[in-house]
Amino acid sequence: MTAVMQPAVERPDVQEMRRLVAAGKRNQLIFAMTGLACTIFAVLVLLAAFLDLLFDGLPRLSWEFMTNFPSRRATEAGILSAWVGSAMVMLVTMLAAVPIGVGAAVYLEEYAKKNWVTDLIEINVTNLAGVPSIVYGLLALGLFVYQFGFGESVLTAGLTLALLILPIVIVSSREALRAVPGHIREAAYAMGATRWQMISDHLLPYSRGGILTGIILGMAEAIGQTAPIITIGALTFIAFLPPAPITGEAPFVNFAWLWSEFTVLPIQMYNWVSRPDKAFQLNAAAAGVILLAMTLVMNGLAIYLRYQVRKKIKW
Amino acid sequence: MIEFVLLCAGLVAVFTTAAITVILVYESLGFFEFVSLWDFLTGTVWTPLFANPSYGILPLISGTLTVTFIALLVAVPMGTIIAIYLSEFAGHRVREAVKPALEMIAAVPTIVFGYFALLFVTPLLQDTILPNLPGFNMLAPGLVVGVATIPTIASLAEDAMRAVPMNMREGAYALGSNKMQVALSVVMPAAVSGVVAAYVLAAARAIGETMVVAIAAGQNANFTFNPMEAAATLTAYIAQVSLGDLEHGSVAYRSIFAAGLVLLAMTLVLNVAGHFLRRRYWKAY
Repeated sequence: MTAVMQPAVERPDVQEMRRLVAAGKRNQLIFAMTGLACTIFAVLVLLAAFLDLLFDGLPRLSWEFMTNFPSRRATEAGILSAWVGSAMVMLVTMLAAVPIGVGAAVYLEEYAKKNWVTDLIEINVTNLAGVPSIVYGLLALGLFVYQFGFGESVLTAGLTLALLILPIVIVSSREALRAVPGHIREAAYAMGATRWQMISDHLLPYSRGGILTGIILGMAEAIGQTAPIITIGALTFIAFLPPAPITGEAPFVNFAWLWSEFTVLPIQMYNWVSRPDKAFQLNAAAAGVILLAMTLVMNGLAIYLRYQVRKKIKW
Repeated sequence: MIEFVLLCAGLVAVFTTAAITVILVYESLGFFEFVSLWDFLTGTVWTPLFANPSYGILPLISGTLTVTFIALLVAVPMGTIIAIYLSEFAGHRVREAVKPALEMIAAVPTIVFGYFALLFVTPLLQDTILPNLPGFNMLAPGLVVGVATIPTIASLAEDAMRAVPMNMREGAYALGSNKMQVALSVVMPAAVSGVVAAYVLAAARAIGETMVVAIAAGQNANFTFNPMEAAATLTAYIAQVSLGDLEHGSVAYRSIFAAGLVLLAMTLVLNVAGHFLRRRYWKAY
């Protein structure tokens, strides 16, 4: 029987097969190394950008740099108006983006029926995430600055950035809400909770970590945004501070700062980097170090929070 | 009542899209009262701020496309290889370390990358391989935008590859394939629509990138595809004009909305195509 079969089957060349397997293994190793090399290259470029900024900017960093207004003399210039402006704009952004973003997420996850309104909202959220940031600036220039008459103010900038980060907040809040299992909802209903009680007493507290992660990521994105703020016409040379939001006399709160002209950190940096004078470029690097530190700390915090949330929750 | 308030929060997204479209189209219509659409789309000279202005959008488009092309030349191969590596080769530990690092790259404010392109990459290129490179050029910002776009491609393409069902890989292994053969001849073809979607979405991001090019690519519209020359992009033009004193309602003011409309149209086409492709692979498995 075997004797008859033998001629039909070609004898496999063992040497040849070993060679093939070895070559395959070698290629696989080379490929894996290439992948690792590409990854390392990307990280190295990032590192080079950080170090370049640090070497240029670190010598300029000082207490005076934080507390001085911009100046015509590079060595006396500081970022006081820039970081105060950034802080105020961020405050407006947060106050606008958090309720709207989380509200929209709750609606889409808990209330929305499967109809065309829901589809329309979902398509628009996805679409907005891909709109270039400078286009938001044009929207704000046409709508907030001129149609609504908000002017080139802290309020305009804050609302613009709020719209810009809305998709980030909505998407991550939805993910956090979706991670809460259905039986939690059913248990709340079984105890007689209304839908809103279930959401405010159970869903939101349980998904707090995930929602917070999204908010922090959104704020980190907003604080580094330059293009939309340039477009709405932020000034680059501001040697005064907006009026303080909190005053010593009654009623203790003052809203004049919302209408004030302002500058923000990335704008100040752009102004300095686009000057040919090397001394100003060093100032730009120093402002960049501060800006970068803020975004990286916020992102690190978000990554850490997400890791904690993922680790802790066992439903 | 609460439901209605929450619905309104959701509708803000719809309102924003509508407002973007209305504002851009409305202001552009004002622009096209002064400039014929044909001259705008076919003209090769863009000098809206000159005493004798000329409004041909092609130089801004050529600048945008050149920078985007260089960026993709960097980001597509690197992003794809990193995605394959993370999805098919890297162990759990490496992945947990690399993904946050990639997220960090994506999180760096683009103005920082602009500084890097102008004051590190351009001098570096001038000192090493391209001594004749001018201080403003499209090459350096293109390369930097490319690196900044790597995380987009890497993470979207990796998602697509991980969505390929395990049993397809196991089938290939059972036939004697090694990891590389599985990655290249099974996973890549199966995930191809998702990977292409990643490229398309990354291209949209590169086109919309503003600060790197505004700082390092120069400010003058220049009808060229030569990366060694300085040329403004659509985004850089908008930023540059907005910085100056802009009279509300002037032609220059309206020209930034016209440029914005072109920009939005380009990114919209790519984004829609990208999401269509992504949905296809989600449906497939």
